[in-house]
Amino acid sequence: MPPELLRVLEEAKARWTGKVRPSLNGGDAAACHLECETSELPAICNWLFAERECSFGGLIVEQGTPWQLRYVFYGQDSGWTHVVTYLHAGEERVPSVSRLIYAADWHEREAEDLFGLEFEGHPRLGDFVLHNDVWQEGVAPMRKGFDGSRPVTNREPDLNWKPRRIVEEAGAFGMPVGPVHSAAIAPVYFQLETVGEDVIRAQPRLFYAYRGLEKIAEGRQADDALLIAERISGTSAFAHSLGLCQGVEGLCQVEVPERASWLRVFLAEFERLRHHVAAIAGICESTGLAVSAAQAAILEEELLRISGSLTGHRYLFGMNVFGGLATDLDDAVCRRAAVQIAQVSDKLAVLQGMLSTSSSFLDRLEDVGKVSVSNARDFGLVGPIARASGLSRDLRKVAPYCGYDRVEFEVPQESEGDGYARLRLFFREAEQSARIISEIVQRIPAGRFRTPETALRPGAALGWVEAPGGAALHWIRLGEGGVVERYRIVTPSFANWHGFRLAAENFAFQDFPIILASFALSVHENDR
Amino acid sequence: MSQWVIKGLRTGIKSTRYPRTIETAPGMSPGLPVATRMSPDMAQMMVTRCPTSALEPAQAGVDVNLRRCIHCFRCARGTDSPMEWERERDFECAGVTPNSNDHDRRFGPAFSRSIHILVVDAGDCGACLNEVKQLNNPYYNMHRLGFFLTPTPRHADLLLVVGALTEHMRLPLRKAYDAMPTPKRVVAVGACALSGGIFGRSFMCAGGVGDFLPVDVEVPGNPPPPLAILHGLLVAAGRKPPALLYRRAEDSTEAPG
Ligand code: SF4
Repeated sequence: MPPELLRVLEEAKARWTGKVRPSLNGGDAAACHLECETSELPAICNWLFAERECSFGGLIVEQGTPWQLRYVFYGQDSGWTHVVTYLHAGEERVPSVSRLIYAADWHEREAEDLFGLEFEGHPRLGDFVLHNDVWQEGVAPMRKGFDGSRPVTNREPDLNWKPRRIVEEAGAFGMPVGPVHSAAIAPVYFQLETVGEDVIRAQPRLFYAYRGLEKIAEGRQADDALLIAERISGTSAFAHSLGLCQGVEGLCQVEVPERASWLRVFLAEFERLRHHVAAIAGICESTGLAVSAAQAAILEEELLRISGSLTGHRYLFGMNVFGGLATDLDDAVCRRAAVQIAQVSDKLAVLQGMLSTSSSFLDRLEDVGKVSVSNARDFGLVGPIARASGLSRDLRKVAPYCGYDRVEFEVPQESEGDGYARLRLFFREAEQSARIISEIVQRIPAGRFRTPETALRPGAALGWVEAPGGAALHWIRLGEGGVVERYRIVTPSFANWHGFRLAAENFAFQDFPIILASFALSVHENDR
Repeated sequence: MSQWVIKGLRTGIKSTRYPRTIETAPGMSPGLPVATRMSPDMAQMMVTRCPTSALEPAQAGVDVNLRRCIHCFRCARGTDSPMEWERERDFECAGVTPNSNDHDRRFGPAFSRSIHILVVDAGDCGACLNEVKQLNNPYYNMHRLGFFLTPTPRHADLLLVVGALTEHMRLPLRKAYDAMPTPKRVVAVGACALSGGIFGRSFMCAGGVGDFLPVDVEVPGNPPPPLAILHGLLVAAGRKPPALLYRRAEDSTEAPG
């Protein structure tokens, strides 16, 4: 139990005497719970965010009698704090915290759209997850009474829907891009608002790939939810399935064997390395430096093949199961893979060296798509994007899981917050991941790769993981017989897409692909 | 800048020689479950392991419907008698639908070495899309075979669709297809585009694109590796024979196990 967590508890008790009911739960998932009236909600959240400098993890809504709204925060050394409030029958309104904590903006918009809750004082609600040109207002698919298993037939879409324009200068016009693109690009629509040469603003419209994963997980068996978790974002499949596993394992108090934990770290870092190499390839491609893009792409394919030989699947699907891994990996094979990974890492270092002396390449990245540290914090950016702006918070360090506290590694940080800083950060993190792999491959102990039996029990728990893109939260509630009652997925891309427009203001047209590539955002991970 | 020229030359040729010779590099494909002869009891046990009903019980053993297989490996791991797994030439698995016999949809000789492809992501998890992206990777380099990505539907001969088809992508996909000149063909890539995969049919997902657009070629897999997609393109171009997507235990040569 982090001592800071006790301090949070004491201070909350003293400040809101009689108005909050604080409690603690111990163990690995040490968390402080602050139950409060809705009227106190904004003040308490703001205290955590502004004064205690906690990060806003996410909002978890659960319908029931009463409704439960859970605002999750985590601090540098205070672990997890959950602010919980209840709504009783008929009162489906709650004060918005977005004016104070801008990071909560999209969480509230999503809950308004999917649950039909009202967030009083929210600056902007409306067309978000459910597109207004496809759905009528008033459809709330996440409500328990809504049957998610069949198509909605009686729809009255708004055919006159137009994206909202923000720039209102004379001569301003909006240029639509997407959702069908010129290359193999995920479905997202951008409205580039311009008054001539420069783009003033780029507003993304997301959720074309909204598959309703949180809804379709409900009513299924927990291990089927695991298949869904892997397919939140195929390129971060291992991280997300690990997040869900850790939630369920925490809930059901499953002891994961040492060997499995180490192998999980091995695979998680391997995935991070591949993710970052793909991000680097994307940045190289966006600048038009073809040879460098090809070099990075070659390394990505080499890593995919190493995954394929090592685990049978190029994207590590089907590896995580509750209580460990689905199959054991042979030690000699792991060591061979680690050697190959080290070779890729060496080639990556050569590529980085060459890029850092290519001035025409650097010109396109430097000072492009800048995000300041205060903006990064206000918008709740996470992962490499936040760290490139000088905001360093990594769940592997602040809330270690899977034995990361026994692994020595550095969390790189840059301060400029521009495209080049993000590129350097991807390189540096990739190098750290390769190092972790070569270090731990010598230390993977013998033993079981899975606990023989996982007895699922009803209840709810939070699993978390530092996915390649940043912090990811998996809130899982199981009912009798291992049936999923609620599965809330908070992804790093959701946080970082929210902040993307910070970087996409007042720039030249030709810089747009570069800014976008330097964020390495996943549409699928955002949309779910 | 000369360093890049030298680097490029030093790297040499990485491209696979497929389809001229078969590719056998380790890790480039996850393989496939094989329809296997087995006792009815065993078959039943196998079928219940499969989360998407890709395995079906049959007289002779277990049939495999590749359109539904999501590569979860549950029939191959954690059991004492795993399914047989195909590892050679397994990526040559793209099949055709009856649409592809339609005369209007055939490509004439002018298309034999130049097919322009529009890629639409209709709501996948990103893995299929990433494998499609790899086709431009030097390892696969589809240009050498006359396949090119095109930015506009007006120049596209072939529509390559990944994803389970979300409600939000119906209209954009329909518009893209309608804007393509004829003859045009549709290649659906990945279990989600073929059958909905793990997403199935729901308030958001159509359970595949086949009911919505006339699909010619189906590439199974979750995700299909780049070579399987390449095989699908070659099938669409009439340059490779199609494979069977529904595989029967009774056709299997294996002795009953
Ligand atoms: S690998 Fe395919 S066939 Fe086997 S259980 Fe999974 S989905 Fe079914």
